Amino acid sequence: MAPARLEFRRVTKTFGNRNAADGRDPVITAIEDVSLSLTQGEVVSLIGPSGCGKSTLLNLGSGLDRPSAGMVLVDEEQVDGPNSHVAFMLQKDLLLPWRTIQANVELGQEIQGVPAERRRKVSRELIAKYHLSEFEDAYPHQLSGGMRQRAALARTMAMDPDVLLLDEPFSALDAQTKMVLQTDLARTLKSEGKTAFLITHDLVEAVALSDRVLVMSSRPGRIIEEITVELPDRDKPIARRSHPDIAGYIAKLMSLLHIGEENEAA
Amino acid sequence: MAAPKKVALATAQPNPAATASCAAATSCAAATIEPGPAPLTAAARRSTRLSRLNRKETWLSLIVLVLFVAGWEWGPVLLGIAPYNIPRLSAVFSEGVHLYQNSELLWHSGITCFEVLVGFTLGCLLGAVMGYLLGMSPLTEIVASPYILALQIAPKVAFAPLFILWFGYNMAPKILVAVLIVFFPILINVLTSIRTVDPALINLARSFKASRWQIFWKIEFPASMPSLFSGLRIGSTLAVIGVTVGEFVGGNTGLGYLLVQGEGQGNTASVFAAIILLTAIGIIAYGLVILAERYVLRYLPKRDFGDVATSV
Repeated sequence: MAPARLEFRRVTKTFGNRNAADGRDPVITAIEDVSLSLTQGEVVSLIGPSGCGKSTLLNLGSGLDRPSAGMVLVDEEQVDGPNSHVAFMLQKDLLLPWRTIQANVELGQEIQGVPAERRRKVSRELIAKYHLSEFEDAYPHQLSGGMRQRAALARTMAMDPDVLLLDEPFSALDAQTKMVLQTDLARTLKSEGKTAFLITHDLVEAVALSDRVLVMSSRPGRIIEEITVELPDRDKPIARRSHPDIAGYIAKLMSLLHIGEENEAA
Repeated sequence: MAAPKKVALATAQPNPAATASCAAATSCAAATIEPGPAPLTAAARRSTRLSRLNRKETWLSLIVLVLFVAGWEWGPVLLGIAPYNIPRLSAVFSEGVHLYQNSELLWHSGITCFEVLVGFTLGCLLGAVMGYLLGMSPLTEIVASPYILALQIAPKVAFAPLFILWFGYNMAPKILVAVLIVFFPILINVLTSIRTVDPALINLARSFKASRWQIFWKIEFPASMPSLFSGLRIGSTLAVIGVTVGEFVGGNTGLGYLLVQGEGQGNTASVFAAIILLTAIGIIAYGLVILAERYVLRYLPKRDFGDVATSV
């Protein structure tokens, strides 16, 4: 088996009072004994009910937070803080309103001290790639939600990370824009050979974009199922959406999440 | 005692950062509907509609001004009000000319302007620096906040006689009162804005391995600009108040001094002339802040800069 790009080894994360011996301030276990591993170029989605600790996984993966037990590894090295191998993208675009689109795309490189000329070159290319050239000098408030999210994707890609952590990146967009952006993302992941870990609520999105789908239980979050998606065209999510076999995957995921069984919307 | 920190924050002005981001959110929601470059044309259409509205508003404002001037000129006579209560506008004007010719009105105005400028600048610098320091160090804020709150509640102008005792009849006490009175709104606004920066933005910077210093310069400091400017707006008008009170209390320079002199002589027109000039200085100071704000906050969606409701 190929070496893991991103790996969680029996990771548990608890919040709250660490020495709650008196039981007054109970500890909340967000995720428990989670093990997963992504190899080079793999796209893996994680779905699960709200509040199952999905975002906790992302914070651990990006090094913003430390596990209470277990280990997080990127390229077989333990993650002990933010590092340049990993970049994340969230539901909120987090564009800085006082920076132009170009300056926003360059933020990460600027912080890391990349010379202005080189980061300009990188940002120009990415901005063109994500169809934003016209808006290079515009401020974020002048862009639509979809364009803003594309700018956020460009900012993430500007860091040239090995691993992308994506936390419901398209969930705030309307259905059409979402599909366009999913296609942009899928193409990028394929052509650049990036490894990606996608957290989502959208079952179709999970199946359309990934090689594997992991299903998480409600809190404390554990991985309860792993499904390998055996569909062609991982770089063409729209083609996958209309593949006849997709319905079977969705039905299986729905039953795993008990959707429609207890009137419990995920 | 209730948690002083909360009280201190609660007294802050309405947070302009929040308003601004709301405005951004609405304009984006509107823009999402129309794909491609359409949002810009929609914005342009909105701005022409606004400018037409502005033209109408400008005319109405001018009519109010004309009515006010006419009312002041002929009203007192028609209503039989004595000139030593309300002198006619023309009398106030000729008193102004008289002061200009005989009492070095320009010199006194210049002194007041200078004190306002220096007091305002120093007060802003001190308030902003303290605000950023306290904002970056929660411990210091908790320790310092009861004292800050006490000082904030204390009527700052009451310190004027004390400063005169300390520094004598020169410009220093007037400038100090202005510094003290400008300091707090700036401090509170900056502190609140640093406290309310979206933690996700800080995490974004952290994920790029930003140092504490980079997080401040690239995220927190620019994010505080809308709040800082709303503090500066308030400060610019308060500075004039501080200086005027300082001049009331002691010394023989400045418009505040001229005003008290006019009062002593029963010269109502001279009092009015001083009030008008002090107001003009305040308007100029406020206007300069607005100009700077327009430049610095040019990235925000257009909003009504002259709006009284958002200013004081």
